Amino acid sequence: MEAFLNQLPIGLSIGAVLLLIALGLTFTFGQMGVINMAHGEFIMAGAYTAYLLQDLTGRMAVIVALPVAFLVAGLMGLILERTAIRHFYGRPLDTLLLTWGVSLVLQQLARDLFGAPNVQVQAPTWLQGGIGPLPYNRLFIFALALATVVGIWAYMNRTGQGRRMQAVMQNRQLAAVSGINTGQVDQRTFFIGSGLAGVAGVALTLIGPVGPALGTYYIVDAFLVVVAGGLGQLRGAVIAAAGLGLLNSYAEFWSDASLAKVIVFAAIVAFLQFRPQGLFVLRSRALT
Amino acid sequence: MSAMIEVRGLSVVFDGFRAIDGIDLTVEQGELRFLIGPNGAGKTTLIDVITGLTRPTTGEVVFDGRSLVGLREHQIVRLGVGRTFQTSVVFEELTVLENLDLAASFRQPLWSLARRRRGVSDAVAGALEITELGPLADRPAGVLSHGQRQWLEIGMLLTQGPKLLLLDEPVAGMSKDERERTGELMTSVARDHTVIVIEHDMEFLRRYASQVTVLHEGRVLIEGSVDQIRDDPRVQEVYLGRKPSDAVGKQS
Amino acid sequence: MNLARLKGPGVFAAVAVLALVVAPLLLEPFRLGLLAKYLCFAIVALGIGLAWGQGGMLALGQGVFFGLGGYAMAMHLKLVDAQGDLPDFMVWSGVEQLPALWKPFANPVFALAMVVIGPMLIATVLGLLVFRQRVRGAYFAILTQALAAAFVILLVGQQGLTGGTNGLTNFFDLFGQDLAADSTQRGLYFAVAIATGLLYLGARQLVNSRFGRLLVAVRDGEDRVRFLGYDPARVKTVTFAISAGMAGLAGALFVPVVGIISPALLGVVPSLELVVAVAVGGRFALAGAILGAVVMGYAKTSFSEQFADGWLYLQGALFILVMTLAPKGILGLAASARDALARRRTARSGDPEPPPADAPGRRVMEEVA
Repeated sequence: MEAFLNQLPIGLSIGAVLLLIALGLTFTFGQMGVINMAHGEFIMAGAYTAYLLQDLTGRMAVIVALPVAFLVAGLMGLILERTAIRHFYGRPLDTLLLTWGVSLVLQQLARDLFGAPNVQVQAPTWLQGGIGPLPYNRLFIFALALATVVGIWAYMNRTGQGRRMQAVMQNRQLAAVSGINTGQVDQRTFFIGSGLAGVAGVALTLIGPVGPALGTYYIVDAFLVVVAGGLGQLRGAVIAAAGLGLLNSYAEFWSDASLAKVIVFAAIVAFLQFRPQGLFVLRSRALT
Repeated sequence: MSAMIEVRGLSVVFDGFRAIDGIDLTVEQGELRFLIGPNGAGKTTLIDVITGLTRPTTGEVVFDGRSLVGLREHQIVRLGVGRTFQTSVVFEELTVLENLDLAASFRQPLWSLARRRRGVSDAVAGALEITELGPLADRPAGVLSHGQRQWLEIGMLLTQGPKLLLLDEPVAGMSKDERERTGELMTSVARDHTVIVIEHDMEFLRRYASQVTVLHEGRVLIEGSVDQIRDDPRVQEVYLGRKPSDAVGKQS
Repeated sequence: MNLARLKGPGVFAAVAVLALVVAPLLLEPFRLGLLAKYLCFAIVALGIGLAWGQGGMLALGQGVFFGLGGYAMAMHLKLVDAQGDLPDFMVWSGVEQLPALWKPFANPVFALAMVVIGPMLIATVLGLLVFRQRVRGAYFAILTQALAAAFVILLVGQQGLTGGTNGLTNFFDLFGQDLAADSTQRGLYFAVAIATGLLYLGARQLVNSRFGRLLVAVRDGEDRVRFLGYDPARVKTVTFAISAGMAGLAGALFVPVVGIISPALLGVVPSLELVVAVAVGGRFALAGAILGAVVMGYAKTSFSEQFADGWLYLQGALFILVMTLAPKGILGLAASARDALARRRTARSGDPEPPPADAPGRRVMEEVA
């Protein structure tokens, strides 16, 4: 029973990280129809931001890095969107391959800049330890994701920018003829989505080392969150991320690490038998 | 005469919106039936339900004595129901001939399709003739004009030997000459098929229709001959006195 | 007109002579072995060209099927080498009894059958499950990638069964032939080259058949095909299974040619690399897939030999360039160049401009859903 409880914070914090990563993916996919494989490298960029800030801020690096990594990763995303991706809207398969090229280049760049071996970011001392089976670092990640979800929800539903974003997601053409500058909305979505990946990267430094391939470990699972949650769906992403995080950690616990991913994959395929478009679907009458 | 298709107590609800609100409709074998009504009346949704694209919320669709509800689209086609779409969809990379041949081969087992096409089957030749697309047979369908595409679609249906054809606004966006050609094509098809046509165009209706069903807000408003329909005050009200809101979104 | 019809077979014959006569005469054994390796990848690429270029299914996990074929072959070779004992790596990992999964692979017929049947079976099950639910486009791509990721982790984790990270290696005997001998390797090269040619012809036949037309129709309008009375899920599943079978066969050929099969050869990245190769060669023509795989394989070897790290930059950059500037790949560029040349020639001879080619421009519909 205790072992069972121990898995809970692990699963939920993995889910929290997946959620931070998947939010950007689900919105860029839902809104622009592009799949950004380089998203994983924004995670890596966020993590290295925390690593670099260590020299300046010591053990507070993780906290200081949160906004900085958001900006760094967000800007990287913005540059990618402006230079390449915007020519590929509505062509998810092509962007997938294009951004994979970008991802390769960024990984190699990180290897040249920071070296191939993993590096470590020191967590603040007050994040060490925990209450009972709940380690503080996992709780912190969980709180971070919770705050992000509340923030995103408020942004989407309580601000004009967010409503415009929803409008573009639901019907790009109608939004455009209603006077919404869709290009600007796209850039904003891309910036925020990529920035969140950076934040996820900072969070990951709390539970593991940082290396050039950091993003590749999470990107596939994050995409599965998008698939299971439904395109552009905040609710769906939250539930799917929590579910996938828990499923991952319990599958590892019950079987072993090598079978866990196969079990998760089978579970996703089984899930798609009931909800082929994910948990929540943007309904429209249009024929595909 | 017996009923080709019978729709009973049909309703379709999309997220609380009643697109179809209790429709009963019977079309006899060999009939040419026109479905008209303002935008949002539920015409295309009705066809979508018959062809399996949309599941009805309640009600029954019986085709040739068999229920269609719950069948997949391709199964319904295999029973003998063919349809066209408002925006015609032909396979642009395939030639006109290949498009027709593909439609004609739908009953062959999949493995037998692994052979190259040799020659032109009778069904395909017949469709080429009736649609007058013979001279364009070896051109990719992507180069066809809008009118030619609609004819190709109808031709593709004909090669399949359907019992019932559903044509969704076949003359929308066509020139006057094209309308006339389509009208003739339709009349000749209707000679040996049961056909349901959705059409907005009143002129076209007057020339080619006999039996007409008027839909309005998801219900059958009236059924009768063209003259009866034209003189009916309710139809005039729906068409002339309709609220501007009806004209906002083009239903598809 | 007749000349133009002969052009395709002419090119094919020329390439065949090049591959079966010129290359074995000119290349030293090491290089010939490399070419055999590229051709193994070309077979996988051919399957990707079929599924993606013709069928619109972006399969990002072909490494899984390559691996299934490769491991089936490697298990058999290991058992033959062990001569009734346990394979060497099992002894090292402390396994004491031959696992039940391994036993039937001692039979060469079973092993060879599994090379193709295993991948096709898994592709069929997965295909039916996802295509029937109309999971397609990017969703399908992501699922296949997730499958590749899961498969690698499984292989690495099951050390005693699969050799873990090291995979299976150290083979000595191939159906009674000494694998280290130059003559065996030469023979293998011919086998791979001929297999590539035959599979190409088979795939071409399929593409030109009614089934091929149907496949293109499914790619460009899956929903429309349903209303012609076909079940697109079946068409896609069959095609996906064929491409999986090709990948399995390629994996089985790869094992004796290269002498190893390991998780690093078939994960997410190698699977994507082959998709990249297809795009570089030209995804809309089967020949483009083969061309791309050989060119990219050659480029990888030669660049990695000189500057190891540069390759990743080059590969990434090349790919960005191809996707943005030449989405039809090398073959597409060649075709445009030929058209441009032809136009200049006619312009110079004073003939009127030839009418533009009939091609309506490829419109590959890639649904988001």
